[in-house]
Amino acid sequence: MTCCGGNIVADKVVEASRVSAQADRLGELTQYADKAESGDTRYIFACPQIHCGSCIAVIEKQLAQLPSVKSVRVNLTLKRILLEMAGNAPVLPAILELERLGYGVVPIDGTGLQQSSAGKEGKALLRALAVAGFAAMNIMLLSVSNWSGADGPTRDLFHLISILIAVPAVAYSGQTFFSSAYKALRNGHLNMDVPISLAVLMALGMSIFETFAHGDEVYFDAAVSLLFFLLIGRYLDQIMRQKARNALDGLARLAARGANVILPSGLLEYRPLDEIPVGSRLRVVPGERIPLDGQMVSGISDFDLSIITGESEPVTLKDGAQLMAGTLNITAAMEMISTRSVEKSYLAEVSKMLQSAENGRGRYVQLADRMARLYAPAVHLLALLAFGYWMFATAGDWHTSIYIAVAVLIVTCPCALGLAVPVVHVIGSGRLFEKGILMRDGSALERLAETNHVVFDKTGTLTTDRPVVASSTLVDLPIGSAERELSVRLVKALARQSSHPSGRAIYGYLDSVPASLSDEIREVAGCGMESSHEGRIIRLGKPEWVAEIASGRAPGHGSHDNNLNDMAFAIEGSAPAYFRIEEELRSDAIAAVSSLKAENLPVDILSGDRSQKVERIADQLAIDNFVSNCSPAGKMDHIRQLQQSGAKKVLMIGDGINDAPSLALSHASMAPASASEIGRNTADFIFTRNDLAAIPDAYRIAIKARTLIKQNFGLAIAYNCIAVPLAFSGNVSPLIAAIAMSSSSLVVIANSMRLRWREKAGKNVEAASKVQSRPNLKPEFRGA
Amino acid sequence: MNILILLIPIALAMGFVGLLAFLWCLKSDQFSDLDGSAVRILQDDSVISEKAPEVQKARN
Repeated sequence: MTCCGGNIVADKVVEASRVSAQADRLGELTQYADKAESGDTRYIFACPQIHCGSCIAVIEKQLAQLPSVKSVRVNLTLKRILLEMAGNAPVLPAILELERLGYGVVPIDGTGLQQSSAGKEGKALLRALAVAGFAAMNIMLLSVSNWSGADGPTRDLFHLISILIAVPAVAYSGQTFFSSAYKALRNGHLNMDVPISLAVLMALGMSIFETFAHGDEVYFDAAVSLLFFLLIGRYLDQIMRQKARNALDGLARLAARGANVILPSGLLEYRPLDEIPVGSRLRVVPGERIPLDGQMVSGISDFDLSIITGESEPVTLKDGAQLMAGTLNITAAMEMISTRSVEKSYLAEVSKMLQSAENGRGRYVQLADRMARLYAPAVHLLALLAFGYWMFATAGDWHTSIYIAVAVLIVTCPCALGLAVPVVHVIGSGRLFEKGILMRDGSALERLAETNHVVFDKTGTLTTDRPVVASSTLVDLPIGSAERELSVRLVKALARQSSHPSGRAIYGYLDSVPASLSDEIREVAGCGMESSHEGRIIRLGKPEWVAEIASGRAPGHGSHDNNLNDMAFAIEGSAPAYFRIEEELRSDAIAAVSSLKAENLPVDILSGDRSQKVERIADQLAIDNFVSNCSPAGKMDHIRQLQQSGAKKVLMIGDGINDAPSLALSHASMAPASASEIGRNTADFIFTRNDLAAIPDAYRIAIKARTLIKQNFGLAIAYNCIAVPLAFSGNVSPLIAAIAMSSSSLVVIANSMRLRWREKAGKNVEAASKVQSRPNLKPEFRGA
Repeated sequence: MNILILLIPIALAMGFVGLLAFLWCLKSDQFSDLDGSAVRILQDDSVISEKAPEVQKARN
């Protein structure tokens, strides 16, 4: 049970910002505090990294040892921590302890009603299910006695007791269906709940009438067990949604909710974003994202724009540069003046595009609803026909006629249909969950199965957010030579202190060598790292900056030196060494793309990055269609063109803020867990693994799920083909109805289960791939 | 058949007690963390610290 070691990731950049932001976080955290009656303070934290029993043990054990912690309880299902602090004790020590253990946490507003509404809904459904179950069992007990021959006053007594159980049970458990049916009718259309409500109510009314007329055949058991079966389907559906919602909540890191404002007196104050007027002076430390659009006024630093524009390499900006909200500050603390308010910032503009795109997709109608549109009128028509036919055949015996019409309604009641879709969705989402894919709702699975064209974003989606060293001229030096040994050690020492992605790539590249350097190292923003060795300056950074102290050029470097992503190293007065830095493809990207192609899905790349880089990645992946220098609107246009004139259904995979509108516009969408918050909130699926195999996996599961749903519909219809003529001809007794209903539901559930069974053979392979790829859950590093 | 007067209330009462027990479990949040309960049962008791009585009280 030691699967959690990998969580402990010491990220220097994050570490630095953590320390400087601690004071601010304290203020921010108190707004989530919830006062208990005992005077203690309660907090709820979402923690996506919790994933096994030892996580529970570690967290509960370690936090309980802190003096101010009164109680701590981990919820593994919801991946949440409930923390109670004694009195008004600050919660920050507990959070730092959690972070030390490798668990990043996000406070959740425990006081807000919104958070708990989903939980309440689930509980209400479960309560209704319990009541319906209790009623169904007891009524069935009485019904079985009747079917086995009870008659006369005993039978009437049993019927009376059934009424006493059934009426309150239906009134309580049926509310979900009745209110939904009422809503649908008021809006002038039919959904599945209309025939359900009608069947339950008519069966109940009819049976009550029969009881007092001393009749023999009553449908109390059918009415209540119908509700019982359907509530199972509803509850499963609800659990699935809640689970996905919680997982996403946990991933959704706090956006820059506030910023450090520099007051005229020179003091810093942490303020929420919407309370910062335009023209305020703000301070942004390394590792933080720019909170508002603005202009840089002092300092010089490197910025990572990848999540905004898709451009992969950091840019150096100084005084006077325009900054967009969401940009990540990498190297140095700097000051800026806000020029636009929150509502008008770049992020808000993208959000607006997003809304317009989402409106278009709202038109998708789920399979179950499409089915209901055909099915509900057909059922009502059949019941009416049965009534009319028997009125005619029996020359006006309305009692028999209504009785048969009700039997038709009960028998055709979409019990199996009500289960056909949710069961498959729940099992499908469970399978996706095992593979590290979170699904927002069931309709996403249906839409994914319909897609026939795939569009990828490049930066952060096909590639990781960490570049790697592709080649280095250090290798050209003779192995074992003193010069090589020294250079390698110095480079490693410099790179270790660097917060720039390229510096970290070099540090990773020199993994196995020791670092040694005693002199102080300083980071020159926009240039690189500088120090000295035995009285000579040493530099690791941009080639032109390093060339200032170097003499001559290293042989064989060729034409790479104008590539901004390259790094150089030199000791004052000697020849420089170069590193070629490239983006790294996500593991399995090639396999994922080729298996998508094998499924007959054409693949495109739409990127905001420069064409030369996009081309290189496209080459590696053997993708012919790629567009570079794409703006968010450009991406949308491309997808719109594919979907409208090309009649394609596009699956978009992207992560950045610039991808969000196209994620919303496309037929189905996926985003990695490292995506920007807006991208994650927009995408239908979030994959938490590092490799892209998640995409073909999800697609195959979606296709399989669609097949199973269609089979389930087929089974339900086949059942009706047998049951309806029987009911129509007046040959269905309550006993037959009860058996037919339960068995059709069981058949549908059993068929849905095959979504799990079929994969069993490949399970070992899966387990192996799971070990290799750790979930990419590091909310503290990414997210606007 | 007089025995039914006794048996039926007993049968219903037993069912009803079961229902109440379930609703009580639901209300006291015993179904809020099904995955967690499944793994907690395998944990050593030492996980609960000296604060245990206090923790228990807070949970209730």
